[in-house]
Amino acid sequence: METKSISLRGDPRFREVVVEKVGEEIFACYQCYKCSAGCPVSFAMDLLPHQVIRSVLFLQKDKVLSSRTIWICASCETCTTRCPNEIDIAKVMDVLRQMQRESGRPAYEPKVPLFHAVFLDSIKRSGRIHELSMLRTYFFRSGDVREKLKTGEWKNDVKLGLKMFLRGKLKVIPSRCEGIKEVRKIFERAKEDKRI
Amino acid sequence: MKVSFYPGCSLEGTAREYGESIEQVCETLGIEIEEIPGWNCCGASSAHCMDEFLSVALPARNLFLAERVEQDLVTPCAACFNRLKTAEKSLTGASKMDVGIPVQGKSKVLHILEFLTQEGVVETIEKHVKSPLRNLKVVSYYGCLIVRPPRITDAKHWEDPQALDRLIAQLGGESVFWPYKTECCGGSLVLTNVDIFRRLTGRLLDMAKDAEADCIVTCCPLCQTNLDTRQQEIGSAVGITYDLPIFYFTELMGLAFGLQAAGKWFRRHLVDPIPLLRSKNLI
Repeated sequence: METKSISLRGDPRFREVVVEKVGEEIFACYQCYKCSAGCPVSFAMDLLPHQVIRSVLFLQKDKVLSSRTIWICASCETCTTRCPNEIDIAKVMDVLRQMQRESGRPAYEPKVPLFHAVFLDSIKRSGRIHELSMLRTYFFRSGDVREKLKTGEWKNDVKLGLKMFLRGKLKVIPSRCEGIKEVRKIFERAKEDKRI
Repeated sequence: MKVSFYPGCSLEGTAREYGESIEQVCETLGIEIEEIPGWNCCGASSAHCMDEFLSVALPARNLFLAERVEQDLVTPCAACFNRLKTAEKSLTGASKMDVGIPVQGKSKVLHILEFLTQEGVVETIEKHVKSPLRNLKVVSYYGCLIVRPPRITDAKHWEDPQALDRLIAQLGGESVFWPYKTECCGGSLVLTNVDIFRRLTGRLLDMAKDAEADCIVTCCPLCQTNLDTRQQEIGSAVGITYDLPIFYFTELMGLAFGLQAAGKWFRRHLVDPIPLLRSKNLI
C-alpha cells in the first residue's frame, strides 16, 4: 500500500502548541464526526470541527488559521461535551483564535475579533461592561454604522434601541467598579504573560 | 440563609428585570443575597477567544473577593457561571494555573437555577405559590453554558436537564416537551454575524411554536435578550409573528408567588407578556 506523509509539509511547532494547551487527547481523534454532527453552526463553516482537528494533526496551520470556522464557532461547547475521546474541541478553537490574532494576519471574519477586542477594552477601561458604550464603539469601528446608513437598516436599530431605552434596559451612565486599578493590573500581567 | 452574589454586567442593563425578580423572589424565600463588593466583569465569551490569561484571571479576582466570606457564590448569568467555574477548576485542579491571585476554591460556585432548585431550598418554593401558573404552557430553555461542558459545570444532566421543567410544574404551570432545551441561541453572533444568529434563534422560536408552547422560560441574560429583543426582526424576515413571551424563570416564580412587582418586570419585555397572562387569568 502506498502511504503519503503530508505531515512533513506542515509546521510541527504549530501542532505542539495546540497539544500543549489542550492535551494529548487530540491524537485520539478517529474522525467519528460526532462534533460536526452536533455543531449548530456547521452549516456556515468552511472547515467542519472534525476537519479542524484533522488539519491540526496534519500541521495545516495556514488552512486552519485562515478559516471562517474559528471565528463563527459560537463556543456552545457541544463538541467538547460529546467527543467520545474527551478532546476539548471548543478549547482547540480558542487556542486557534489566539494563535490567529498573534499571527498578525487578517481574520476571515474581522468583525468577530474586533467585537472581542472592544469588549475587553471596555473591561480594561471601567472594570465592567457598559453595554451602551461598548456597542457604540463596536458599531463605529466595525463599519456597521456606515453600512447601515447606506442600507437604511439604521432605522431598525434606532427603533430597537429606543424600545430598550424606554423599558429601562439601557443603562446610560456606566457604573463604577471599585477594583478598577486591580483589573488594570490583571491586563498588564496578561501582556507580560504573552511576552514570556 | 445567606449567599454571596455575583450579578454580572447585564443585570445592570439588558437583564434588569432578571435582577429585580431575583431580589424579590429571594426575599420571599428568606434568602439574603450579598453582592460581592468591587466585582469586575468575568470576561464572558470574549476573553477566552482572545487571551487565556485574562479568561482565568478576570473571574479569579471575583472568586478571591468572594472567598473572604465563607458562603456559596451564586450567579444568575450562564456565561459568568461558566467562566467562574472554569477559573475555579484551572486554579485549584491538578495542573494549577498561576495568575497571581490566590484562589483556594472555598466558595462553592452555583448558578442561581441550581441554587434555588437544590435540596433544602426547592422544598420551600411550593408553600409560597399563591397564584399557580394554571394552563400556562412553557418550554424550558437552559441554553449552553450552565450545562456544558459537564466537567466544568458539574451538571448531572447536560443533554436533557430537568430542573426548570420541574420548577415550572411546581409553580403550577405545564412544562411542555421540546427537543431544544440546550441548543445554542448564537450568543454574541447577534452582533457580528446576524444571518447565522437569526437561523439559530429562529429555529428555537419555530420549535417552541411547533411544541405549542405559550412562552419560553430562560435562565441566561443573553439567551433571553436574543429571543426577546430580536423576535420581531427574525419573524418579519420570514413573515411569521411568533408572539412568544420570553421569561426569566425568577419572573415566573414571582408571578406564582403573587408578587406585586411582577407587572413592572413584564413591562420591560419587548414581546409583551401581559396579553398572554391576561388570557390565562394569571394577572
